[in-house]
Amino acid sequence: MGRRILLEHDNVSGIETYEVYRKQGGYRSVEKAIKKMSPEQVVEEVQKSGLRGRGGAGFPTGMKWSFIAKPEGVPRYLLCNADESEPGTFKDRYLMEKIPHLLIEGMIVSSYALGCNQSYIYIRGEYMWILDILEKAIAEAYANGWLGKNILGSGFNLDLSVAPGGGAYICGEETALIESLEGKRGNPRIKPPFPAVKGLWGCPTVVNNVESIAAVVPIVNDGGEEYAKIGLGKSTGTKLISASGNLVRPGVYEIEMGITVEEFIYGDEWCRGIANGKKLKACVPGGSSVPILPHYLVCKTATGEDRLMTYESLADGGFASGSMLGSGGFIVFDEDQCVVRNTWNFARFYAHESCGQCSPCREGTGWMEKVLNRLEHGQGNMRDIDLLAEINKKIEGNTICPLGDAAAWPVAAAIRHFREEFEWHVNDRETSQKRNYGLVKEPSPIK
Amino acid sequence: MSSHKHTPISARHTEKPSFNAEQMAEVQRVIAQYPEGKSKSALIRILHMAEEAFGGWLSIETMDYVAEILKIQPIEVYEVATFYTMFNIEPVGKYVFEVCHTGPCMLVGSDNIITYIENKLGIKVGETTKDGLFTLKTAECLGACGYAPMLQCGKIFHEHLTPEKVDQIIEAYRSGNTNF
Amino acid sequence: MVKVTIDDKTIEVEAGTTILNAARQIGGEVVPPAMCYYSKLTGSGGKCRTCLVEVSQGSEKDPRPMPKLVASCSTQVMDGMVVKNKTSQRVKENRDGVVEFLLINHPLDCPICDQAGECHLQDLSFENGSQKTRFEEEKRTYEPIDIGDKIKLHMNRCILCYRCVHVANQLTNQRVHGILHRGEHAEISTYIEKAVDNDFSGNMIDVCPVGALTDKTFRFKSRVWFLKPMDASCECSKCSGKAVVWMFGNEIYRVTARKDQYGEVEDIDGKTAWICNECRYDKKDLKNWTIEGPRKINRHSVISTNHYTEGKVEPKKLNS
Repeated sequence: MGRRILLEHDNVSGIETYEVYRKQGGYRSVEKAIKKMSPEQVVEEVQKSGLRGRGGAGFPTGMKWSFIAKPEGVPRYLLCNADESEPGTFKDRYLMEKIPHLLIEGMIVSSYALGCNQSYIYIRGEYMWILDILEKAIAEAYANGWLGKNILGSGFNLDLSVAPGGGAYICGEETALIESLEGKRGNPRIKPPFPAVKGLWGCPTVVNNVESIAAVVPIVNDGGEEYAKIGLGKSTGTKLISASGNLVRPGVYEIEMGITVEEFIYGDEWCRGIANGKKLKACVPGGSSVPILPHYLVCKTATGEDRLMTYESLADGGFASGSMLGSGGFIVFDEDQCVVRNTWNFARFYAHESCGQCSPCREGTGWMEKVLNRLEHGQGNMRDIDLLAEINKKIEGNTICPLGDAAAWPVAAAIRHFREEFEWHVNDRETSQKRNYGLVKEPSPIK
Repeated sequence: MSSHKHTPISARHTEKPSFNAEQMAEVQRVIAQYPEGKSKSALIRILHMAEEAFGGWLSIETMDYVAEILKIQPIEVYEVATFYTMFNIEPVGKYVFEVCHTGPCMLVGSDNIITYIENKLGIKVGETTKDGLFTLKTAECLGACGYAPMLQCGKIFHEHLTPEKVDQIIEAYRSGNTNF
Repeated sequence: MVKVTIDDKTIEVEAGTTILNAARQIGGEVVPPAMCYYSKLTGSGGKCRTCLVEVSQGSEKDPRPMPKLVASCSTQVMDGMVVKNKTSQRVKENRDGVVEFLLINHPLDCPICDQAGECHLQDLSFENGSQKTRFEEEKRTYEPIDIGDKIKLHMNRCILCYRCVHVANQLTNQRVHGILHRGEHAEISTYIEKAVDNDFSGNMIDVCPVGALTDKTFRFKSRVWFLKPMDASCECSKCSGKAVVWMFGNEIYRVTARKDQYGEVEDIDGKTAWICNECRYDKKDLKNWTIEGPRKINRHSVISTNHYTEGKVEPKKLNS
């Protein structure tokens, strides 16, 4: 199952340099697209591939591309979202650090497909050293004629540059990213209008995740249909998974979608099980915003089927007993971890990262953080648990951007599956300050 | 606990900051990446450069200087500088340790690392050592979850932290031997 | 023209009209409350979420309901759209939720707040608030500061509607205040002690829906409902000179712009009648003004008591 199409060459020495990358077949997709394909044909191949946005939302990339408005005489922009900030996610960093030219190649082909002559990679400010790596690679690409004027003699011009953020998770939201790229506070915009119509400087804009853009390279090289054969059902292709937490071997893995969660956690090729011989307590499979799964729902769905690493299987059971693939930030908790503490930790994160523009998110995330802080530190009451669920409901769906939902879901899921652990923090305050709860009981199946 | 210190703040630079020729050329290169009339887009990057050039933090004078370069109102710079958490709007030590304390790092012991550094340097989170060498901060997820616990200092990520490794890092910065 | 139905009342409006403005054209109970939207300020709205409504039918062509509640101030009507405001339990519950959020950090200082009696948040909490708080944490607090010679900022009361920022952008030649920091720490500030000083900066006070920005020449002088508002005009080279003077006996206590039932500055002769700082702060003598007659108040608020009202202003019923 170890099929690697993005990270195929990540261990080749010197792959970050142009010469080595080119020797390994780099920039073939640009040659193919520019010389043999029309921009529309490239879009078509991406549509056929079934590629879904790898940033977390899973929206079909080809469809997103087809929405871009093409008014006469107005420039269009492609922005690469390299603002990877979802806790548990560090795959884009790995890809850019190791194979910067893959992203640049993908940017050239994608810009060609969308008719953009100026594209930007927006990278989180904390990845400043990767910005240096990318700028070096971009300079090499310019020097070798892959960027600039009249690329490959086709008349297609493209300038590419990198812009850093300054430390704000919210700038991963595409309209906040655009605001930030315009040199402003990262306040998400009110939609509509969508970026495809009015984006950067009021022009039609597409924003894609690093991994999505990199995936365009093999799609163009091998054809969308070939790409769609990889994976399972509507979860086509491979996915970079960032594995973290209490694992024997955390790290970034490229998986073919469809392998089982069990194999991914315990398999020799992947994470090799829970660290220190401990038991699995819970798992957040798609970055901090997706619902947490208790141990009994991680490897099997509620109906007893094998849980697979696909968009569909991870979401099986809806929010009642499922979660989401999200950004592929796979966080594993061993039996010694405290779910209340972790829920407070995530709530603190979202309160810290709320832009503060709309009232439910600004006030609600801060409120949840304070209540959870009390619960975790032995100052909570039973009514606080219900209050959290209530605050949750009033944030979810009522905010300008999805950060509100992202803040609400993990709290709701933690209370749903780990209520007994929350109650224990209230009923047995003293003990809860000294040791952790351990595994929660699996509810007996409803007959 | 939750009461706020109200801005305005008083931290000032005594001299008006000014980029040297090389730095200015870099500023102009960044501005040129954006279309005519869109130079405000360069703001965040220039603030990073200004912070590096003028003592690791952004004084009012520094921010006003950046506003002047980009021909925008100073308030537009203040708004941005206070929105993004990487920018220090008060003086900091020569080396700023930002220890990630978000979920995945916490699961593998970032809390212990923070306490260890606090004891080792004799300061609490948010404080600077008396010699002005180190400032300790906590940060939200820095994208090193698989290599946790970690801390960031400047452009460098120090990962897989243990007390021993923290000792080595602090020693290295103290002795000025920062070739990691 | 497109047809839209709001709370069972149907109206035809121009394409591109927002749900909120269509509701205002119908008038009365169907109009959702708006704390941040201000029709005279471009780019305002979308932030406070009090105007959320349910769209039970997207349009004639695509009758599917919208899954989430939408901000009526920034959602355009479609032909055949059906909207529920007062008739939706879901809207009521979520609006109550938004009001609760707006209030958790808001001080209970109405008794000493100059805005009391004409405060939109007060009205909103009367309609959608609960008598008890579930917020047991410490409130966020700031010291009041002068952000200009004549304007006091009580950040504790601010709901971050951004209206004053739009005023500074759209009415003055240089914006010196803005939103600093972020999340629950976001605040209005000048950052450095630079006074907001511009001929039209005083309009920030008029657009503020709460008591965050108050007129220093009027602070603590009187409760607004004790004053008699009179339409008055003067010769002014900077503004229209058409204002409301708030009197006690023959004394002018304060001057404001003329505001409509939504608290927005009225249009006079096709132009929004913002007033200049000179009219607002310096003309406190009856000799400065020609009194046109009593101001008719048409807002559902404490301020309508004891005053001439326009139309029938029903006393509000208290929520149990």
